[in-house]
Amino acid sequence: MKNFKIIEENIFRGLMLISSAIIAFALLLIIYSIFSKGLSSLTWEMISQTPKGGFYFGKEGGILNAIIGSLYLSIGATFLAFIIGLPVALYINVHLYKNKKIVNIIRFLLDLLWGVPSIVYGAFGFTIMIYFGIKTSLMAGIIVVTLLIIPIMIRGIDEVLKTVPIGLMEASFSLGSTKSETAYKVFLKQCIPGVITAVLLSLGRGIGDAASVLFTTGYTDNIPTSLSQPAATLPLSIFFQLSSPIPEVQNRAYASAIVLTIIILIISILSRIFARKYQKNKINF
Amino acid sequence: MNFFNINRQFRSKLHSKWMFICLVLIALLPFIILVGLYIKSNFLLNNNSLFDLLCTGNWKPTEQKFGFLPFILSSLWVTILALVISVPVCILTSIYLTQYAKTYILNLMHPVIDILAALPSVIYGVWGILVIVPLISNHIAPFFGINTTGYSILAGAIVLALMIIPFMLNILIEIFKTIPAELTEASLSLGASKWQTIKFVLVKKAYPGIISSVGLGLSRAFGETIAVLMVVGNVAKIPTGIFQPGYPIPSLIANNYGEMMSIPAYDSALMFAALLLFIIVLIFNIFSRLSIRRFEIKV
Repeated sequence: MKNFKIIEENIFRGLMLISSAIIAFALLLIIYSIFSKGLSSLTWEMISQTPKGGFYFGKEGGILNAIIGSLYLSIGATFLAFIIGLPVALYINVHLYKNKKIVNIIRFLLDLLWGVPSIVYGAFGFTIMIYFGIKTSLMAGIIVVTLLIIPIMIRGIDEVLKTVPIGLMEASFSLGSTKSETAYKVFLKQCIPGVITAVLLSLGRGIGDAASVLFTTGYTDNIPTSLSQPAATLPLSIFFQLSSPIPEVQNRAYASAIVLTIIILIISILSRIFARKYQKNKINF
Repeated sequence: MNFFNINRQFRSKLHSKWMFICLVLIALLPFIILVGLYIKSNFLLNNNSLFDLLCTGNWKPTEQKFGFLPFILSSLWVTILALVISVPVCILTSIYLTQYAKTYILNLMHPVIDILAALPSVIYGVWGILVIVPLISNHIAPFFGINTTGYSILAGAIVLALMIIPFMLNILIEIFKTIPAELTEASLSLGASKWQTIKFVLVKKAYPGIISSVGLGLSRAFGETIAVLMVVGNVAKIPTGIFQPGYPIPSLIANNYGEMMSIPAYDSALMFAALLLFIIVLIFNIFSRLSIRRFEIKV
């Protein structure tokens, strides 16, 4: 009996180790396979030029339009989401801290919104665009991506704000500061690292999402110069190039995938560095 | 001094109003999406019965025939297969990371999970085309004596499984962390082995949480678009096996947005598909979230 107990434990320990290893190995495999396939096509020309004539038949040009388009789109959307999301997160935690029920309902709604697939946001954005007669444009894309990342932003900021002790709020009130002063000058300052992490998380999500911009942003070979023009995005550029039957174009898709992966890795590393760096400004209790 | 005070009060009011407006906007968003999609799909619902739409497999947009059954079934196949692959891995890994793992393994695994969660779905799709599709067509399918291009439900499910692993893993780790140490310590002090404690105390206590995390993973998997679209084959037929191509609902919407304005009622049909997706995901989300919340309060 005792023996069986030990054997069972060892079997399951082995299984657990294997499954953890599978996950780590899968990440390595993803990065390795994409890099090994696309590195040969990744040239400076590729990331510094817009597509020339015949780009989609394997002629010269690059994906600068998609890189810039993606950056415009995600930074614009993150900015909008921050302007709307930060006040909401602060409001939940400072103004409504006595009404736990309302706060819980709001958090529940936000969690639901977080779970909504991006293609639904895309379809919804499309119906709105038809209703208002807007064509596919950078603006429409920014609005849809904003809707997509707002729940991530708010819940991310909210999770850190939750950890601020009540005592800090009471101390701030007792010194005569108003609610919004407490929110922006005490709560926000206390939680800067978490807020930056949430912003970077949303930025990464905004850059990587393809399904929501498929309907709304369109695709173009030029770098957009105004909000009403369509814009190319990196995920869609990868997607379109990969569906081409020509091997050179497919290889470029892998190279574009490397660019996207590197951008995501940089954002991920940055958020770690920021989180660590600003941690020391925090008041500990 | 007095003026300054009024100014501060006014500013505070202004800030509060702006915060409140933002909050109301966000809280209304799910309902606005629901209503917007419903209005668009109303045209289709008026001309066809709901039963015909959901339970027939005749998909001919040019002849005004919209049967969603192949797409619903494909979605189910891909999603359930993805869960079958990912749930055991997630549960085992989360137990390992919360109960056994040493600090250096945690330091190693946390960035891995974070990066997996951050990778865009199109990257998973590219990886699926590079690795999974050839693997299936050259090795797995011939092993069962089946000839296939590799673009199949199985390929979609494997890619999807990997995509939802970081998502479910994070939830499971949080859930296992909320189990109080006293419970496991009491079990250990009674002479149970570590694994017995995990089996009879930890997993039992976390059971509702595990179910909810599976529900959340399911709803995430159900709505995933680009990665699945790239590897699943996209043939509008009721799938009969895992090596057959499928055509899940999100792929349907994403693939046909270009043509939908040229054929009458097509846009309405696609918006109905989006509405369907939204409602299914919403239902799974609501139940899982409610159950997780109850679980948190109980613990």
